Amino acid sequence: MATVDLKDVKKVYPSGVEAVKGVSIAIPDKELCVLVGPSGCGKSTLLRMIAGLETISAGTVAIDGKVVNAIGPTERDIAMVFQNYALYPHMKVYDNMAYGLRNRGTPKDEIDSRVRSTAKVLELSALLDRRPRELSGGQRQRVAMGRAIVRNPKVFLFDEPLSNLDAKLRGQMRVEIKNLQRTLGVTSVYVTHDQLEAMTLADILVVMNAGLVEQTGAPLDVYERPASIFVASFIGAPPMNLLALTGSSSGPMLADGIAIGFAAPGTQAVTLGFRPEDADVTFNAEALPGALVLPATVEAVEPVGAESFLHCAAAGSRIIVRVSGRATAKPGDQLRVVAKAEKLHWFDQAGKRVE
Amino acid sequence: MIGQSPLRTVIAHAVLILGILIVAFPIYYTFVASTHTLQTILRPPLPLLPGGQLWNNYSEALFGGIGRIGGVSVGQLLLNTTIMALGVAVGKICISILSAYAIVFFRFPLRMTFFWLIFITLMLPVEVRILPTYKVMVDLGMIDTYAGLIIPLIASATATLLFRQFFMTIPGELVEAARVDGAGPWRFFFDILLPLSRTNIAALFVILFIYGWTQYLWPLLVTNSNDMNTIVIALKKMVSFADADTEWHLVMVTAMLAIVPPILVVALMQRWFVRGLVESEK
Repeated sequence: MATVDLKDVKKVYPSGVEAVKGVSIAIPDKELCVLVGPSGCGKSTLLRMIAGLETISAGTVAIDGKVVNAIGPTERDIAMVFQNYALYPHMKVYDNMAYGLRNRGTPKDEIDSRVRSTAKVLELSALLDRRPRELSGGQRQRVAMGRAIVRNPKVFLFDEPLSNLDAKLRGQMRVEIKNLQRTLGVTSVYVTHDQLEAMTLADILVVMNAGLVEQTGAPLDVYERPASIFVASFIGAPPMNLLALTGSSSGPMLADGIAIGFAAPGTQAVTLGFRPEDADVTFNAEALPGALVLPATVEAVEPVGAESFLHCAAAGSRIIVRVSGRATAKPGDQLRVVAKAEKLHWFDQAGKRVE
Repeated sequence: MIGQSPLRTVIAHAVLILGILIVAFPIYYTFVASTHTLQTILRPPLPLLPGGQLWNNYSEALFGGIGRIGGVSVGQLLLNTTIMALGVAVGKICISILSAYAIVFFRFPLRMTFFWLIFITLMLPVEVRILPTYKVMVDLGMIDTYAGLIIPLIASATATLLFRQFFMTIPGELVEAARVDGAGPWRFFFDILLPLSRTNIAALFVILFIYGWTQYLWPLLVTNSNDMNTIVIALKKMVSFADADTEWHLVMVTAMLAIVPPILVVALMQRWFVRGLVESEK
């Protein structure tokens, strides 16, 4: 129904704080774009600028090819789902959903049929006469979704909509949002600080940090080829293991003098990383060519069920290794952590990826 | 713990009953006096039980007109006072809710200056500005009019502050949701802000109605003719220095009738209070 194009968008507050420092994102029609990043990275500000709730200091926001910088949220034809749902407390569920349509002068019978069919999709039909305070958190969340869907807007904007729900409900709603978005085929922008939500929902993942985009791409591409140390440690749980390198005449070495045994790509690499699931542990002492081998001491074991996480001390850092099933290692064990060379990530002085 | 032993219950009730007696007895005695003839009242002691003049006294006061205040009936006085109290209460609520709305939800130049100007007027009681106000009212020809009674009392810094505090508790997301839903400033005010302020408005209405009802100094200055008097002023005028001149039975009737409307307002609005507290909405 609509594309969303951000071109070099900036936000400077009157206090001089630069919240968004020039962001360009192109979201194709019907795709769900997730903005993810730590608090204060500017992702919510960016969303609010798309919504028209914040003024745009520089750059352009275009919806459906039309620059909307100067027009208000109503005329942009967007719908927003807020973190605290922002339901009108004095209105029944029905009126909450109908309010936006009424303000647009939609005929009464059309409002009625749209509200009822939306309520059916979201399983809210039995709750239409209730007030928000009589609903559970999950139901309120649905009403907030319904209020957005019923308007049939060009773009959905989600501002951390699941962060007030408990973990189980969050998982359910995540799947539901994804399904709804795909069935309705509405271009969406979704802000979250939860990397799991970001990975599972996104068609396009945008990782933000300090007002800038760190990386844009399909979630798995971002996961497999993080463009910077920041992305590598932000996406993925537990985060990527990162080890500092020191150069020497015989090639790169780890902090406590362990030689890597093969060449690093390029000479600028100062940090080496590998994901917990890309490593394995062994108690044997055989030579393993083409792999990074780190002598390590197990400090803690976290059994999660299907997998276990070993927290180890190695090469002067703490690293985490994922092993499937029950772990045989116990705290205090000496073992070797092995990571294949092609699964290693290299980063330069500025934290950028080195190929 | 509290209220478990019978002795404690007895003491608690005794204290409460004593308190009620102290508060209620003068009112009861006024009522008793309003049902006796003037002669009975003037010949002490006054009986403790109501007499047989209830109907005569009340109808004389309400419909007959009272000589000491130029033959104006208490009915007219009640009407005057009701118009004034309602005008003051409604006017204060309208003006203060609108100014609080402007101060909280709009960004305009000198916003904080206006806020502080309103705030500072809190420190100026009516009495301080009463002479200039009186002069203005005279020049505008508003002496002995309802407008003259109401308008000078119609702005309220306190109510503005109360509404401001309440508006500031309304989450920003709610305001934004309304904007996205296409509600302009007026729609937002009438569809969302006003319904959410219901309990605050009810509470303020009670306070301001009683404030308007009990006004003394301003009505005393701005009304000259007897048929524009409020009931409080009339009551004062009815009491003469010489006991024999005062129609005490009618004074008592007027006093009783003066109490009724505030009691009604409190009694009716109290249900709103309780409902507002129980249903506390967020």
